[in-house]
Amino acid sequence: MPLSEYYNEMFTADRAVRPHYAAFAEWLAETPPARIAQDRHAADLLFHRVGITFAVYGETSGTERLIPFDIVPHVIPGEEWERIARGLRQRVQALNRFLHDIYHGQEILQAGKLPRDQVENNAQFRKEMVGVDVPGGVYAHVAGVDIVKHSDGEYYVLEDNLRTPSGVSYMLENRKMMMRLFPELFARQSIRPVDHYPDLLVKTLRAVGQSGVDNPTIVLLTPGHHNSAYFEHAFLAQQMGIELVEGQDLFVLNNTVFMRTTQGPRKVDVIYRRLDDDFLDPLAFRPDSMLGVPGLLGAYRAGRVTLANAIGTGVADDKSIYPYVPEMIRFYLGEEPILKNVPTYVLRKPDDLKYVLEHLDELVVKEAQGSGGYGMLVGPTASREERERYRQRVLDSPERFIAQPTLSLSLVPTFCGEKLGDRHIDLRPYVLTGHDVNFVPGGLTRVALREGSLVVNSSQGGGVKDTWVVD
Amino acid sequence: MLSRVASNLYWMSRYVERAENTARVLDVAWRMSLLAQTDDLQDQEWHAPLNITGTLFPFSGRHDVVCAREVLHFMALDSENPSSIYACARSARENARAVRGTITSEMWEVLNATWLEMQNMDEERLESRGVSAFFEWVKERSHLFRGVTFGTMHRDDAYEFARLGTHMERADSTARILDVKYHILLPSVKEVGGAVDYYQWSAVLRSVSAFEAYRKVYRDVITPLKLAELLVLRDDIPRSLRFCLRQVCDTLGRVQNAQSADAVRLANQILAQLQHGRISDIFSSGLHEYLTEFLESMQDLSGDIQRSFFSARVVE
Repeated sequence: MPLSEYYNEMFTADRAVRPHYAAFAEWLAETPPARIAQDRHAADLLFHRVGITFAVYGETSGTERLIPFDIVPHVIPGEEWERIARGLRQRVQALNRFLHDIYHGQEILQAGKLPRDQVENNAQFRKEMVGVDVPGGVYAHVAGVDIVKHSDGEYYVLEDNLRTPSGVSYMLENRKMMMRLFPELFARQSIRPVDHYPDLLVKTLRAVGQSGVDNPTIVLLTPGHHNSAYFEHAFLAQQMGIELVEGQDLFVLNNTVFMRTTQGPRKVDVIYRRLDDDFLDPLAFRPDSMLGVPGLLGAYRAGRVTLANAIGTGVADDKSIYPYVPEMIRFYLGEEPILKNVPTYVLRKPDDLKYVLEHLDELVVKEAQGSGGYGMLVGPTASREERERYRQRVLDSPERFIAQPTLSLSLVPTFCGEKLGDRHIDLRPYVLTGHDVNFVPGGLTRVALREGSLVVNSSQGGGVKDTWVVD
Repeated sequence: MLSRVASNLYWMSRYVERAENTARVLDVAWRMSLLAQTDDLQDQEWHAPLNITGTLFPFSGRHDVVCAREVLHFMALDSENPSSIYACARSARENARAVRGTITSEMWEVLNATWLEMQNMDEERLESRGVSAFFEWVKERSHLFRGVTFGTMHRDDAYEFARLGTHMERADSTARILDVKYHILLPSVKEVGGAVDYYQWSAVLRSVSAFEAYRKVYRDVITPLKLAELLVLRDDIPRSLRFCLRQVCDTLGRVQNAQSADAVRLANQILAQLQHGRISDIFSSGLHEYLTEFLESMQDLSGDIQRSFFSARVVE
């Protein structure tokens, strides 16, 4: 598809500036290119000095890299955001209801809306969670829902991230950087603030403490400073004023979780964990995990500690379950989905498999349980050889794969060298669920920096932008 | 606060202080070697930094001769030498990185920027920049870090453990500087007042930033007795043993817990000796012996602090 057929966030088809970009376009036209170049350079230096870096797995050279930041914002009109927000609220509510249901009465399975084996044989379905009541019935306290704007002007959900979604620190730092470099932009128009996210998060976590605990002790559990998102863990802990702990800092005694402090043991009530299920408790899950806390699952099941997110949320954001989310919304809420799902072929179905193998050059094929853009096939841009190799992988075990039409991710002008070029973006809003559902306007905009590329993941050469909801 | 975090903060400060002290010692050796008349004397000067930091053994394992170029490289830039300035900057930053949620962003930025610049440093750059200018830079980064810590950090236990590291390391360092210099130059009290080399003694004072303080306190020529008194027993010199130990005792008093009685007792014992000591007594029984004993006690205190606050055993 030629670039002109994608939805361009800033320009109409005849290159007129859309109204919600007018203030920015005006500023861009009257600001000397030399100043912009200088400030872009300053942004790089500042990010490096502040140490906003991420680690890339599988790279032998330096383990820390800077995530490229682009100064052209992703601007969303206020009324459009309201609609997105309603859609997000609806979707995350349904997903939480679904999680509660499959670990309790399984009404949705009994109603035949979703194949039972698809859920119960899913590697992310945790039998340990069956019948366990979690505070408020909330499983996914923090959800990152990736959405894109299609050429038809509609928003589609690419995937739900309900385990340990990351990236929110970039959202906050990008805004800080824009305000530091270009304060005049914020004076020209009304841009909704995002910096209260840590407050909302801590409020959410306080709301899900076990009953009877008035002033819960909340900690953030990180895998440690070798993890790719460690910067974010430290950043959020500091912003919320809670302890950043590693597995070795915690221990369980009589089903109660304590942290080791210089003043002796201190009871822990809520754990915002950024560690995958598999590593949480070597006694219950992977016995080789050095990152977890022995006995944590026992304390959790006994209702002595809250984990956010809950154990076993992965079954709801699995790519093989994704096609059924619209059905969940209808089943639990009795509403029609506001945000659309991308049509998805499930290759365990013979008809879908046949269609996909015949149309490999048009489709994106990915593993149902992969993440980070690793190991997916983008049909239209892949070489013939790559497609043939992938075909073989699919034939070996079709049930591991799903396929979707290549989405026409919308475009935003982006600095490439000194010049602006149109690049594809997606948006990850962060949805918080405690007593109620909360979010800050916008989210993290990721941009594919290579021309024509549709892969926005930072591990695959993606960058980030500030996201503005304007009124 | 978390035991692991307390330990990281303590070591973060110790490494910053150690980098600064190494820079001071090297700077003095550099200046002294410029004054030395013969090559022999010049090379002798370069033994001192190795003795002070206790790295003569690892050094001679990798180098045949002790000379300016080799020692400078080994102690300033060698990434394999865990006590080099380079390695200290790296360790300080690694410890800070592990507790980024606890220190202020200003503190982190100082250590991170220092490390980024340090990584770009090699022998060529060191020489083109000027050896003394490099040491000046290291000292300034350390001053900046202390200032930023003092000026931005919340006064809670985290601050206390960071300060504890600074003063433990500084006491250790001052004692070593004094011991090595004294030992080499004046093996017995009898020679005091003989051929005292003004430059040697003023160099010791400069290496602990106490030259001006000496002048102000004594308004007199520099003598080893007064110099030692200044750096061991005075309560108002920020790098003296007594000053550092008073800070250590105060800090321990504020963070003490059910396990820390031994540490508190030992720290106060060491302080009491410094408070009630007389420099003439110390000299007649031997300054070297006195300092050796002091360094051993500090070693024990370091172990006590480790056991009381940082080890897992504390809380179980």
